Amino acid sequence: MQPNRLKTGGRINRSKPLNFFFNGKAFKGYEGDTLASALLANDVKLVGRSFKLRRPRGIVGSGAEEPNSIMQVDKGAMAQPNVRATQVLLHDGLIAKSTRGWPSLRFDIGFMLDVFSSIFSAGFYYKTFMHPRPFWKYYERFIRKSAGFGKAPEHSDPETYEHRNAHCDVLVAGGGPAGLMAALTAASSGARVLLADDQTEFGGSLLNTATHVNSKPGSEWVRQTVSALSKLDNVTLLNRSTVFGYHDHNFLTIVQESDDHVRQREWRVRAKQVILSQGAFERPLVFCNNDRPGIMQASAVSTYINRYAVCPGERAIIFTNNDSAYQTALDLKRAGATVAAVVDSRKKGGGSYAAAVEQAGIPLLYGHLITNVSGQNHITKAHIAKWDGDNDAIIENSIKIPCDLIAMSGGWSAAVHLHSQAGGQNQWDHNLCSFVPGAISQQTISAGAGNGKWALEDCLQDGHDAGMSAAKRCGLQPIASEQLPAVSEIHTTPIEPLWRVPATVDPDRCPKQFLDFQNDTCVSDIRLAVREGYRNVEHVKRYTALGFGTDQGKLGNINGMAVLAETLGKPLEDVGTTTFRPPYTPVSFGACAGESVGSLYDPVRKTAMHDLHRSAGAKFENVGQWHRPWYFPKRGESLDAAVARECLKTRQSVGILDASTLGKIDVQGPDAVKFLERIYTHNVGNMSVGRCAYGIMLGEDGMVMDDGVMARIDDQHFYLTTTTGGAAAVLSWLELWLQTEWPELDVFLTSVTDHYSTIAVSGPNSMKLIEKIGCDIPLTSDQFPFMSIRNAHLNRIPVQLFRVSFSGELAFEINIDSNYAAGMWEVLIDAGQEFDITPYGTEAMHVLRAEKGFIIVGQDTDGSVTPVDLRMNWMLSKDKDFIGKRSLSRPDSLRDDRKQLVGLLSNDGKTVLLEGAQLVEDPAASIPIPMCGHVSSSYMSSCLGHPIALALVAGGHSRIGQSLYASSGEKSFVPVTITNPIFYDKKNELQNV
Amino acid sequence: MLLIKCPWCGARAETEFSYGGEADIKRPEAPDKLSDKEWADYLFMRKNPRGTHRELWNHSQGCRRWFGAERNTVTYQIADIFTLSEDSG
Ligand SMILES: [Zn+2]
Repeated sequence: MQPNRLKTGGRINRSKPLNFFFNGKAFKGYEGDTLASALLANDVKLVGRSFKLRRPRGIVGSGAEEPNSIMQVDKGAMAQPNVRATQVLLHDGLIAKSTRGWPSLRFDIGFMLDVFSSIFSAGFYYKTFMHPRPFWKYYERFIRKSAGFGKAPEHSDPETYEHRNAHCDVLVAGGGPAGLMAALTAASSGARVLLADDQTEFGGSLLNTATHVNSKPGSEWVRQTVSALSKLDNVTLLNRSTVFGYHDHNFLTIVQESDDHVRQREWRVRAKQVILSQGAFERPLVFCNNDRPGIMQASAVSTYINRYAVCPGERAIIFTNNDSAYQTALDLKRAGATVAAVVDSRKKGGGSYAAAVEQAGIPLLYGHLITNVSGQNHITKAHIAKWDGDNDAIIENSIKIPCDLIAMSGGWSAAVHLHSQAGGQNQWDHNLCSFVPGAISQQTISAGAGNGKWALEDCLQDGHDAGMSAAKRCGLQPIASEQLPAVSEIHTTPIEPLWRVPATVDPDRCPKQFLDFQNDTCVSDIRLAVREGYRNVEHVKRYTALGFGTDQGKLGNINGMAVLAETLGKPLEDVGTTTFRPPYTPVSFGACAGESVGSLYDPVRKTAMHDLHRSAGAKFENVGQWHRPWYFPKRGESLDAAVARECLKTRQSVGILDASTLGKIDVQGPDAVKFLERIYTHNVGNMSVGRCAYGIMLGEDGMVMDDGVMARIDDQHFYLTTTTGGAAAVLSWLELWLQTEWPELDVFLTSVTDHYSTIAVSGPNSMKLIEKIGCDIPLTSDQFPFMSIRNAHLNRIPVQLFRVSFSGELAFEINIDSNYAAGMWEVLIDAGQEFDITPYGTEAMHVLRAEKGFIIVGQDTDGSVTPVDLRMNWMLSKDKDFIGKRSLSRPDSLRDDRKQLVGLLSNDGKTVLLEGAQLVEDPAASIPIPMCGHVSSSYMSSCLGHPIALALVAGGHSRIGQSLYASSGEKSFVPVTITNPIFYDKKNELQNV
Repeated sequence: MLLIKCPWCGARAETEFSYGGEADIKRPEAPDKLSDKEWADYLFMRKNPRGTHRELWNHSQGCRRWFGAERNTVTYQIADIFTLSEDSG
């Protein structure tokens, strides 16, 4: 039933069989299997097609480095695209599909790409598809589909995810022999230790190999150690948890596959010390057709045999340049497979294992290479040739040996990914043929294979020492082990680099020698890139797509860099590595987002009157985090109709607006005047108590930053309003000046945005309404003139009453303790029935202010507009300095072709212009048509009976009366006339009643 | 994510802070006396060094106070934190 499953051994649970489906066919596996091990157990050899050349592919690795078995797992909302079968834990009913291989694995339309592969060499995207550019969208659709990327789920994810913050003394990344030893040692000091490993079980290589510790199987030492660690209160063990990011100041991110109430959990850990013990990746060997199904990493073969009780072939050949694969030969033999040969490129090799291999009757072919293979959907023969390594020459024609599995090992690369993410240097070790961690400025210690310690004995020692150092660096006292676990002593024959097998024919014409399996990057691509002038490893990477796949070059990068170095005639260490960036392995969007989805994505701010607006049927719009009433439709009323009514009623009688979202800052202190004089452009000192002023703040660059009404409440007490969106930024800005530039000023700033609510009552009947509800101060203009503020009681409630207007009408703004605001709103609405009071929203507010030519900072300005551009020269004091003043006389601020605020009227008197529309002088000019400005605000004015717009036009102030054209969509233009921006009550008489 | 030691609140995550750019840039006493070039130097020109950088930080989600940090722009290590009153010279 599972033809490749061994009768005994492995870490799987044979009493828990699981059903799963692959490409529509039913299979069985066991609890403890990965999808990859279960597929191999069922002798599934073909799992996908390669990205570019559509070549058939099988499983190569057993972990994060796997390039080929990219799957779509499960369906509907639970679908996960582009996961690696080696990292998917099998569950009952799992449904997996190859994401590569549309329309089917066996017959693939893209197969023709391989036949014509010469045109798909390095840089083929750039050369073929980038020109002519407009066609890219068609190419892309074709490529995406035939490349068969996974499909995004069609429904929103029903699972929950969470973030968890944690602090620890020592974070150990990787729970193999070095990591376990390090955790155990560090924990002996009482340090808070967090140990994370991506696998279901801790133990790393000890579970993948037949190695013994203390004369017992390695798994027994793992069991004892994990059991000891789990009893310690100061140790947290996280399995199925990948440390995927090493950020600044020892901040690390871990994604945990979880079985409890969340699907995945992202741990955000701040560690005092970090021990990196993530092991090493085995490199493939580079020979012709080395991507054919049936060719695997030797260590992966051992892992499938020892950990999953799966023997992926019956007749195997080992191909290696180092000793570790000799263990695989013995594993295969023990698993009942025939090992036809160990092909070793070295003249002598195998160290302690050579004798055992020989004893097992396995032929040893020293000084030999595999140059090519037979078989397309699965290998059938290996082509083996004798090799003169000293002269890099094939010296004998190849023999062909039948086999269904090649276990290859090109040596090991320390997993320096996290070390590099943390900013650490890497150095090339010639003896190990690997980069190893070098200098680092964070509090990081690398240990074990990740530190270039291949032998188990060295791993354990290195882990122990790292645990000691980390705990000591935390100021704690670890207990040194008197005796480390005993492992049998082995001697090794040094690795000899073999970065690519010499081709028997022209290296650019021989069958492809793959470096990056997922991206189909071959030796010939690197050579071509160099011929075309690429020298830098980062450029070659981008040109050839080397290391761009989901495995991020874990399998092929070092081989690729070595081939690049050879082609350039440089030592590998001079070529260097590409930049390592998080994440170490792909992370789901769900884990990244955590709880911050839906209503928890962003806080919502509601005014004190929110519920009243809702009952009144208001439609809301988002303004930053605020939910503001947009308009108040009557039954069946459209936005346009409602806004027209709200505007008319306000100008005819009285309208009421919730203006509570305006930023409010209370300023007090003996130096308040001095401070505000420097901030605002107008003369603050001249304001008498009880007076208000419209104020603008500039950046030091002279550009308008924010605006609002400011009031002098007392000699040393002011009250400022800011735009809704600018509230927080303005407060920080004021604090910046106060704290860093003028600390000698005695001024205090307090945000009171939420403490006070603001109700604006506008229109000719507003004064009558205020009087009607009971006001204890006189409201007439002689006693309470326009632009002033009074403390008053309305309906016996204390308020600050402002006589200001953002609509141009007679208007009052009521500033009231937020707890009383809803009650006051209701009182006003009740009393206002007599005047047919009309609540209006932000849209009508915008129309009313635009009719008066009042700007909205951030809509009619964009950070490049000076007060002079807005014709606010009258607000710029000549008697004092203020922030930004000097910039107004910079040559650029004095250009007469600056964009300036003007009004615009459509010549047909009907067309409402598009906000953001570009303005041009001659729509018939050749493309690109020179632009001379843009529409910043545009509305239908019901009061005037025609549309109005505000615009920023180059040199606009001197162009009143001239004609322009406003773009109104593709190739269509509306003729417009430049006007003064005040459209309604041009003499500003109404507000002064 | 940096761990920043606010002089008043202690070590907190970077997300609580906002960045204020280069420190030690004094606003000229009499801007109107400056040439356009001198004013532009004050306004726009920053050192942007590779290595030690004295810069401003605001504990905006905490005590709202501004302070200075000496940060290495390559390693991101913060060698010193200073308050502005004692270092405003
Ligand atoms: Zn603070």
